[in-house]
Amino acid sequence: MSRTLVIDLDSCTGCHACTIACKGWQNANEDTRLPDAEAYGAAPFGAFLNRVHSYEVIADDTPARLIHYPRTCVHCENPPCVPVCPTGASHQTADGLVQIDAKRCMGCGLCAWACPYGARELDPVAGVMRKCTLCANRIDDPARPAEDRIPACVRACPTGARHFGDPTDAESPLGRLVAARGGFAPMPEFGTKPTSRYLPPRPKDRLGAGAVPTPLVPGGGLQVWLDKLLGRG
Amino acid sequence: MRAVPSVILFTTLSGAGFGTLAAAGLGLGAGPGVWLAGYGLAGAGLIASGFHLAHPLRAPLAFRRWRTSWLSREAWAAVAALLVLAAPAASALIGGPELRFLGALGAGLCLATVVSTAMIYASLRAVPRWHHGSVPLTYLACAGTGGCFLTTAPGVTALACLALAVLLGAVFVLGDRRVAALGLTRGWATGLGSSGTVRSFELPRSGPSFITRELVERAAGAGSPLLRLLSLLLAGLAPAGLLLAGTPPAAALAVHLAGILLSRWLFFTEATHVAALFYRGDLTPSRP
Repeated sequence: MSRTLVIDLDSCTGCHACTIACKGWQNANEDTRLPDAEAYGAAPFGAFLNRVHSYEVIADDTPARLIHYPRTCVHCENPPCVPVCPTGASHQTADGLVQIDAKRCMGCGLCAWACPYGARELDPVAGVMRKCTLCANRIDDPARPAEDRIPACVRACPTGARHFGDPTDAESPLGRLVAARGGFAPMPEFGTKPTSRYLPPRPKDRLGAGAVPTPLVPGGGLQVWLDKLLGRG
Repeated sequence: MRAVPSVILFTTLSGAGFGTLAAAGLGLGAGPGVWLAGYGLAGAGLIASGFHLAHPLRAPLAFRRWRTSWLSREAWAAVAALLVLAAPAASALIGGPELRFLGALGAGLCLATVVSTAMIYASLRAVPRWHHGSVPLTYLACAGTGGCFLTTAPGVTALACLALAVLLGAVFVLGDRRVAALGLTRGWATGLGSSGTVRSFELPRSGPSFITRELVERAAGAGSPLLRLLSLLLAGLAPAGLLLAGTPPAAALAVHLAGILLSRWLFFTEATHVAALFYRGDLTPSRP
């Protein structure tokens, strides 16, 4: 069973709650710390494992649409960030997740160059690479109630735009959602086989060609009567 | 990509160093001075590479993943080359016999080191400008030319310099064309391109980040024809002229290395990672 994230671009409102929840959760753990250099200084420089972009999609025949686009690790089946690591710090665990053994990382940054999604960031304080762990210490924690055994970003998302589960299971609610919405993997041409899916924004309602609201009062209504009265008709 | 001084120094100096050692190993110009110069350049380059690491003391761990990682292979090849060539070098220093077999073996390992260094970059599919056979070819040509200065006749070195200038120039032009021909857009990267043109409305940051600094930003000189020409001039044309005019090879080598430093700076700052499509939306080296 592969476990991954599914992100709904239709519901994301760009609030960055996932970014902050992730930072908070990872920061609480010695091995995954996500600090900021000069956090309260003039030029803070931080590491984040979620980056929420906002894009405007412009087409000729419709108004522009604003799409909030959370960018994070897409949990590849064939991750390019693992083979380039010279020390073996970056590795794939038995359940398919890519994790970093911080004690073995020498901070060369090559894995961050190899990832096409820009999902890895170097901890500016400890000098080791960080990536999304899919909150391995939450999702497999038997001490947590079931509804809490999900990544911090999924738990924090106020609009339910982030889903956690196995989209390849066609019978599961998440598998059905991904199939119904046409979920896609970003940049599949790289052969990385991401397990994560983005659900594209749903088409918006559109007015038909030349459509105008039906007049409330037949014959033109109050405005026409006033115009006639004032001699402008 | 971020052009870090340590990596520019590493690729330039170790390239010339291993080129010189390969030439010395092949018996082209064996003298104590040549061996010392080769070891000095290669060693200085390898030490410079350590400054790129956030945890240089963990560098010995880099020998572990030679099956998959070109960086690890580079480490193995470099150490093997320096060890194998130690015997012929020591023999040359004390005026002993020329150890032809070890020299040739070491020369092969030197070339393997240079190819491994180039493959660290050429193996990255996410950086389209680098993911090409021209990168190992260029690195080998630079190392080979650098190795000629102290070991072969000035006329031969001058020819190699001129050939290198032609190659470097061709790689600039072909690289630009290749990246432009890929036609990668923000719409493709985000998967939103089918419904219209995708414009960046707001970035996910209020300041620079590791991603922007490392993968997205480029120097003001990236793509500048003037700097590209200057790198060809310093790396190839000027040393060729100096050698033909009878300048000492060491002085010509210094000019050549200055040119290679500039060409490596351009190599790094002009290459753009596909993640830059999420930010600035294009991969071209020069600004519009």
